Amino acid sequence: MLTILFDGIAYGMLLFILAVGLAVTMGLMNFINLAHGAFAMVGGYITVLLMQKAGVPFLLCLLLAFVGTALLGAVLETTLYRRLYGKPHLDQVLFSIGLAFMAVASADYFIGSSQLNIQLPAYLSGRTELWDGALGMGHYRIFIIVVCAAVTLALQYILAKTRFGSRLRASVDDQRVAAGLGINVNVVFMATFAVGSGLAGLGGALGAEVLGLDPSFPLKYMIYFLIVVAVGGTSSITGPLLAALLLGVADVAGKYYIPKLGAFIVYSLMIVILIWRPQGLFERKGGK
Amino acid sequence: MQVANSLREGSRMRWWEPLVWLAAFAAPLAVPTQALLVSEIAITALFALSLDLILGYTGIVSLGHAAFFGIGAYAAALFAKLVMPDPLLGLVVACGVGTALGALCSLTIMRGTDLTRLMVTLGAALILYELANKLDWLTGGADGLQGVTMGPVLGQFEFDLGGRTAAYYALGVCLLVFVLLRRLVHSPFGATLKAVRDNRLRAMAIGVPVTQRLAVIYTVAGGVAGIAGGLLAQTTGFASLDVFGFDRSADLMLMLVIGGTGWLWGGIAGAVAFKIMHTVISTLTPQYWTFWIGLFLVILVQVGRERLFKPWTWFRGGKA
Repeated sequence: MLTILFDGIAYGMLLFILAVGLAVTMGLMNFINLAHGAFAMVGGYITVLLMQKAGVPFLLCLLLAFVGTALLGAVLETTLYRRLYGKPHLDQVLFSIGLAFMAVASADYFIGSSQLNIQLPAYLSGRTELWDGALGMGHYRIFIIVVCAAVTLALQYILAKTRFGSRLRASVDDQRVAAGLGINVNVVFMATFAVGSGLAGLGGALGAEVLGLDPSFPLKYMIYFLIVVAVGGTSSITGPLLAALLLGVADVAGKYYIPKLGAFIVYSLMIVILIWRPQGLFERKGGK
Repeated sequence: MQVANSLREGSRMRWWEPLVWLAAFAAPLAVPTQALLVSEIAITALFALSLDLILGYTGIVSLGHAAFFGIGAYAAALFAKLVMPDPLLGLVVACGVGTALGALCSLTIMRGTDLTRLMVTLGAALILYELANKLDWLTGGADGLQGVTMGPVLGQFEFDLGGRTAAYYALGVCLLVFVLLRRLVHSPFGATLKAVRDNRLRAMAIGVPVTQRLAVIYTVAGGVAGIAGGLLAQTTGFASLDVFGFDRSADLMLMLVIGGTGWLWGGIAGAVAFKIMHTVISTLTPQYWTFWIGLFLVILVQVGRERLFKPWTWFRGGKA
């Protein structure tokens, strides 16, 4: 029981890291980015390939996955994404689906369609049992929770306390006024998009062991990221965090107790919540 | 009088429209080996028509349109297997089930933003996918629903291996639905739909019951998609999980965009172009054709949907 809760929380934290970039892009630029999962996949592949081919240590790989995807995100943002901010949602959906399709086919072509496994370092692969096995915690899950919690706190700090954070919030609330006050909105957006993609890469790298990694990753998990964002709302990072935790626990518990229903519960829950509160559980006050 | 004439102008039949249909009906005779492709195109065109009703005439972005298609396919297949093998009755059942689902789902698209609607439509398709997967005693689960045998159409024409009957059956149904929908979108009802799409607030202000109109057209679209799904199941004698697949909804949207939205012929033209493109590319690179589709989508959006198919506007420069 506790074990399931624990696994669910670890899973939820992972989903949050994967989806937070998407939440920011959607809240910030009002851009529906269905290719977000592709960035996560890139991060995952960077880690697995570096570890297998070059023997780079795991923790360094995580860092590289973050930096690599962030750079990729920055490049794509300046060249392609930026031109679509003002376009209708249909264009954005088409564009990002196209990008996701290309990512899937390219990964298939260059790396192969088989599922890749990650070799965890020895210090992360153990398991600790507490209270006579009532709570079993995989060390890797603990690691995921710690990393994700640290990232969340850092994000919250940056958003709430730093100058960059206030510029970002200003740009979200009203682009034109923010630009009028001398904030370089384009740079703020690019940096944010890059960090969001980088976080997705980090999540993909961390999740390679839990979620599995194969070329269909972007499409398979896109739905989950979108659920987190749609249910959590895009107003703060607390909304998506709670939504991700809820989703993680519901998914793990659902698959454990009623395997016959599978993902059914999650989807129904989402539809009910969205009909009940179309703006997500945590609606944005003020702003535009 | 003048106004009435100019309004009627749009709904008048163009000289080339009957020619296109004649060509379509001649196709199975001209190239008998491609009869299966013809019926596939007719089915896809019908499916695209139904999405066009939602996307083109009301502006709702739906990523889960395969839900209606899939439920129609399973309904037709199950009806043929368990009740009776008559194709036309099966089609009526498929249409009815699609319509019912459309009416049910129309409750969910009234509120929220584009993102919410996207998620709800996607979620509906996913739920049905899961249901079809888990209810294996009824649907055959991941193996698909096999052993569907269809009776002859109108008690006369048996389905043959070459697919000629299937092609004519699909084309006939497609034509019938097209004519009906053409009547629908050019009616005052269709005009109010366009008003809602262009400016919801003003439409409301001149007294158009917006939610009710959206619900009705969503329901109709569900029914048409159900017919398309039913046709697929009947002509192939098979229904599998991929009728609910996300790819199917995404491809469909691509077709509609190729052909142009808000125009009934757009769905048909797009379906023809897409199917031919698909057949050509997948014979060249069977495994990686999604890459080229993806590239095409990215270029399409970057260049601009309207401009890509009008090459003479490419080099005019300036603001497009």
